[in-house]
Amino acid sequence: MAKQHAEPQTPPHSRAEVVSVSEANPKVRTIRVARPAREESSFLPATLKGLAITVKHFFKNVTTKADIETISYPEEKPPYPARHRGLHRLMKREDDTVRCVACMCCPTVCPADCITIIPAETDDDGVEKYPAVFEIDELRCVVCGLCVEACPCDAIRMDSGLHAPAVEERQDGIITKDEMLALGGRSIAVQGGISEEWRQDQPQNPRDEFPHDREGAPYGRPAKTWRNQS
Amino acid sequence: MDILLSVLDSPITKWVVLIFLLVMPLASLLTWAERRQSAMMQDRLGPNRANIGPIKLMGILHFVADALKMIGKEDYVPPGAHRALFALAPILAIVPVFIAFIIIPFGPTIYPHSLFEVINAYELRNAIETEALSAHGAFQDAINLQIYEVEYGLLFYFAVLTLANYGATIAGWASYNKWALLGGLRASSQMMSYEVSMGLSLVAVFIAMGTLEPGAMVGWQGPNPMNWGWAIGLHAGWPVPIGVVAFVVFFTAAIAETKRPPFDMPEGESEIVGYFVEYSGLRWGIFFLAEFVEIVFIAAVITTVFFGGFHVPFLYEDGFRFAGWVLYLPHIVVVLLQVLAFGLKVVFFCWLQLAIRWTLPRFRPDQLMRLGWMRLLPIALINTMVAALIAIWW
Repeated sequence: MAKQHAEPQTPPHSRAEVVSVSEANPKVRTIRVARPAREESSFLPATLKGLAITVKHFFKNVTTKADIETISYPEEKPPYPARHRGLHRLMKREDDTVRCVACMCCPTVCPADCITIIPAETDDDGVEKYPAVFEIDELRCVVCGLCVEACPCDAIRMDSGLHAPAVEERQDGIITKDEMLALGGRSIAVQGGISEEWRQDQPQNPRDEFPHDREGAPYGRPAKTWRNQS
Repeated sequence: MDILLSVLDSPITKWVVLIFLLVMPLASLLTWAERRQSAMMQDRLGPNRANIGPIKLMGILHFVADALKMIGKEDYVPPGAHRALFALAPILAIVPVFIAFIIIPFGPTIYPHSLFEVINAYELRNAIETEALSAHGAFQDAINLQIYEVEYGLLFYFAVLTLANYGATIAGWASYNKWALLGGLRASSQMMSYEVSMGLSLVAVFIAMGTLEPGAMVGWQGPNPMNWGWAIGLHAGWPVPIGVVAFVVFFTAAIAETKRPPFDMPEGESEIVGYFVEYSGLRWGIFFLAEFVEIVFIAAVITTVFFGGFHVPFLYEDGFRFAGWVLYLPHIVVVLLQVLAFGLKVVFFCWLQLAIRWTLPRFRPDQLMRLGWMRLLPIALINTMVAALIAIWW
C-alpha cells in the first residue's frame, strides 16, 4: 500500500541515476546506468579471479576428491531415513516358519488391492491358519505402509531398505512368499504374548529397542535384488 | 639405411606421426577431458563408467562409445539442402586444421648418426653457420621435426585457418534452415572480427623476433624461459611487456576462433540454435572433432610462439647448462625430452583452454563485438606500433 505511492528511490544498483519518473505509475522510471568501470569491462581481472576459483576446485578434487558431491549409485548408497518404506518382507518365528496367521487384515486395508493371501489350515493350535500363498504385486503397491500398520502379529514389514526392482514382464513384478521370507528376519515380538517377567526385562527407554527392531534387515548390505537372494 | 632415413625424413611420415601420435589422440582425449575436467571443477565425478569388460580407464573409453554411437546414427540430409555443400562443410571445417599443423615444429632436429653421443654444440653451431651440415659426418641426414619450413610460416597458418571459417558458414547456408543460416552468419562475423586482432597481436612478436617461420622463432627463443616469446619486452629493458600483451590478445582471439564458450554464439549448443543444427551422426562428429583439433592447434601455436616450442628450460643440444653447472646428455635423450616437453606444453594449454571454457559464461553478441573491435584490436595495434618503434629506435 505505502510502497505504491512512495517517493521514487534510487534503485539498489548504486550506479543507476533516476532521470524521470512516470506520473501514472511511479514504478516506471527512466534511469541512467553507468557503464562498468574499465577494469571490469576488460574482463581480464574477473577472468583470472574466476579461473582461480575453478582451478582451485579442480586440483582439490583431482588430488583428494574432497568436495565431490557425486554418489556412485549402485556401489555407494545414500543413507535412507530410518522409517523408509522399501520392499516388503515377511518375518519369521523362532522355528523359521512364517509369522503370518492369514488373518486377512492387510489385503483388506490395502488401498491398491495388491496383496493376495490364500490361507490354509495348520495343526498348530495356537495359530490355526497360515498363508499357503502370500504374494504382493509390487507394480500395484503404492508403498503406503498400511499393511504394516494393520498387521496384528508383526509379520509384514517394509523396512528392507530395498527398492522394487525394474522388471521386463508384468508378472515378474509380483513378489512371492519365499522371496519375502528370504528378506525377513526374526521378530522379537512373541506370538500370543508372554508372561509378566518379559516386561520387567525391557529397557526403560523404548527408543533403545530400535536396533533390535531392525535385526536381520538387509539394509546397508551390498546391493542385491530380492530376486537373486531367494 | 639411406632409404630408411629418406622415408623418415619425408613430410608424409612426419605428418602421419604428428597427426596420429599427438594430435588425434590428444583431440580424442580432450572430449573426455572436457567432461571429466568440468566435473572436477564443479565438484562432480563426471562420466567414468564406459568400459570394455573390466577395463574402465577412468572413463577414457567414452570417446570410443561416442564414436560408435555417431557411426550408428542416421545420416540425415534435410530436404532442400544443397547436398554437395552440405557434405563439403564438415570437411572444410577439419581439413584446414590438419593442414595448418605442418608448420609447427614439434621437436628438434635429429642427427641420426650421433644418436647415442653427446653432441658437440660448437661444431654443430659452426656447421650450421657455414651451411656445411651435410659435409660433417656426425650431422649428415638431419631430420627436422617440422614438416613445412617456409619463410611465411605463420601467415600460412592464418591463410589456411581462414578456410575453416567457410566450413561453418557453408554448413549454415547449405542446411536450408533459417536458424542454421543465422548461426553460420554469427560464426563468420565472429571469426572475421577476431582474426584481425589475432593476426595483429602476433605482428609485434614477428617484429621482435624478425621472422615468421615457427622453427626459426623457436630457435630465437632458446632454452632460457626468460628469452621466450612471452617475455619479450621484459628482459631487454624495453618499456612495454609486448610479449605478455600479445599473448593475452592472441589467446583471447584464438579462443574466439575455436567458437567455444565464452565465445560460442555460433553454436550455442543448449540455447540458441547453431550452424550445425541439421547435422547428425558422423558429419556432426567431424565438426565436434574439428573443434577439439583446433584447441590442440591453438595450444601448439601458443607453445611455439610464446613458450619456447619444444625447448626444455636450460636444456641445450648437449645437455643441461644452468649457472655454470653442466650435465651432458646423449642426443637421443635430449630429443626425447624436447618432444615430451612440446607435448606437455600443448597439453597444458589445452587444459587451460578447457578451464577457461568452464569458468566463464557466454558473452552477449554486442559484448563480443565490442571486445573484439574496441578492445583487442586497438591493443594489438598499439602493441604492434610500440614494437615497431622500439625495433627502429632502441
